[in-house]
Amino acid sequence: MSELLANTELLRKLLVGFVRDEVRKVGVSKVVLGLSGGIDSALVAFIAAEALGPENVHAICMPYKTSNPESEQHARLVAEACGIRFSVVPITAMVDAYFEKFPDADNMRRGNKMARERMTVLFDHSALLRALVLGTSNKTELLLGYGTLYGDMASALNPIGDIYKSQVWQLSAAMEVPREVIEKQPSADLWAGQTDEEELGFSYRQVDELLFRLVDKRLTRQELAAEGFGGEFVETIYAKIQNSHFKRRLPVIAKVSNRTIDRDFRYARDWGK
Amino acid sequence: MDFTVVLAQIKPKLGCVADNLAAVGERIAAAREAGADLIVFPELALSGYFLKDLVPDVALRVDSAEIQHLVELSRGISIAIGFVEETDDYHFFNSALYLEDGAIRHLHRKVYLPTYGLFDEQRYLARGEAFRAFDTKFGRFGMLICEDMWHLSASYILAMDGATTLLCLSSSPSRGIEGESLGSALAWQKLVSTTAMFLNCRVLYSNRVGFEDGVNFWGGSEYVAPSGESIVRGELLEEDFVTARVHEGALRRERIFSPMMRDENLFVTLQELQRIAQERGR
Repeated sequence: MSELLANTELLRKLLVGFVRDEVRKVGVSKVVLGLSGGIDSALVAFIAAEALGPENVHAICMPYKTSNPESEQHARLVAEACGIRFSVVPITAMVDAYFEKFPDADNMRRGNKMARERMTVLFDHSALLRALVLGTSNKTELLLGYGTLYGDMASALNPIGDIYKSQVWQLSAAMEVPREVIEKQPSADLWAGQTDEEELGFSYRQVDELLFRLVDKRLTRQELAAEGFGGEFVETIYAKIQNSHFKRRLPVIAKVSNRTIDRDFRYARDWGK
Repeated sequence: MDFTVVLAQIKPKLGCVADNLAAVGERIAAAREAGADLIVFPELALSGYFLKDLVPDVALRVDSAEIQHLVELSRGISIAIGFVEETDDYHFFNSALYLEDGAIRHLHRKVYLPTYGLFDEQRYLARGEAFRAFDTKFGRFGMLICEDMWHLSASYILAMDGATTLLCLSSSPSRGIEGESLGSALAWQKLVSTTAMFLNCRVLYSNRVGFEDGVNFWGGSEYVAPSGESIVRGELLEEDFVTARVHEGALRRERIFSPMMRDENLFVTLQELQRIAQERGR
C-alpha cells in the first residue's frame, strides 16, 4: 500500500511559494534551469513559471550528440506548454574536445563530464541573465546518490529535493505537465536506450516506498521485514544512501581555528534576507 | 471586557532588526487605525527564527531604544511581541513582552527550547524558568512561546495561576504534505483547541509566515474560544492581519457550562507531583 500520496494542491502552493520567496529575497527576479526533456526538470519549469511568470524563467536544453532526439523535442514541448523562454546549447564540441585527450574514458566518466559541462553552461547563464540556477534533483536521486556531484546536483535553489520521484509524478499530473513527459521511462539519456530503472536494478515506485519508511518514518529492519521488504534490498539501499552521503555535504574542512565554517561558524543562507 | 485583537501574521527578515521594527510599527499603526485594542505578533518577530550564530547580533536589552519605542507605542494599543533578549549577565533568551499603557506588564522567557528534528534552539539560547500569569486591561493573561504549548504543564500552570486568556507566539515550520491540510498545522489546531477546552481558556495563537533557507512557516493564526471552537483563522502560508472581536460573555458562559477549572484540585496535583519528584530523586 503506497504511503506516498501527496496533497498536490498544498505541495504546489509550498513549492511555488518557495521559488517566489527565495528568489526575490536575494534581489533577483529570474531563474535559469536545464531542461532535459525528462519529468523532473519539466516539473521545476512549471513551478518556476507559476512562481515568477514564464517571462522570468529561462530553460536551456543541452544535448550531446548521443542524446535521444526525442529529449529535445520533449524539452521544447514543455517550454511551450508553460510559456517559458527556451534555448538550445549543444555540449558536444566541448565534451569531445576534452575526450580527444582521454579516448579510453568509460561511460561513467563521459556521463559525469557531460553533467558538469551542462552545469558550467547554466552558471554562465546565471551571470549573463542575472538569474538563479534552479536544481532539478528529486529526493530519491539525492538519497541514492544517483547524480553527478558539481554537475546536475549543483544549483542555487532546489524546489523538488524533498519530494520522491513518485510524488514528482503526482504533482506533474496535477500541474498538467505534458502527458508524453510524465509517461515515458525515466532516463539520464547518457547513452542510447539507457533507463534509470534498468541501471538501478529496481523501480522508482519500489524504492520510494522503502525510502519513505526507512528515512522519513525511521522504521526498524524488523518493521520493514514485516511490511514485506526483502533484507537484501533494504541493505543495498541503505549502503547506497551511506556511500553517497559525501555528495550531500560540503567539502570537509580541516579544523584549526575556533570558528570553522559550518562547524562553529553557523549562519543560515538567508542571513540578512 | 470585550476587546478587539489583531493577530499580525508577518514575515520577518532574518537578522534585520531595523527592517522588522519598521514593519511591526506599520502593523501597530494599522491595528490602531482599525480600532483594535491588542495586537499579537509571532515568536522572534523582530529577528526571524533560524538565527544560529546571529543570536548575539540581533539581541536587544529590555531598556534598549528599540524596545522602549514599542513600550511608547503601547500607549495607544496593547502589544505582545517576540524578540531575542539580552540580559545584564549576557544570557540570550527567546522572550516575549506584553506592553500596555506605556509600561512592560510582563516578560516571558521561553522555557522549552526544542533541540530535535529541524530545531536547534538550546544550542544558541538560554532557557527560561517561569510560567506566570499577569493582569491586563482585558483580564488575566498567560504567555507561551511556541514549543512551550506542547507541554501540558505550561498551560496548566498559567490557568491555575488565574489566566483565562492564553497568548501563544509561534514560529512553526510547515511539514507533512500527505493529509487534508499541512501536517504541522493540523497538529497545532488540535493542540490549541484541546488546550482551550481542557482549561476553559481562550487562546490567541499568532504564527508567522515566509521562508528561511527553504523552511516555510505556515501562519494560520487563530482565535479559539474557551469551548475549543476556532472563531477566526488566518490564511495558510500568506501574510495576514487576523482581526477578531473577543467576547467576555463567551468566557463566562463556558465557565458556567464546564466548570472543570473550578473543580480542579491543585492540592492533589501538587501532592502527586511532589511524590513523583521524590521518588525520581531516589
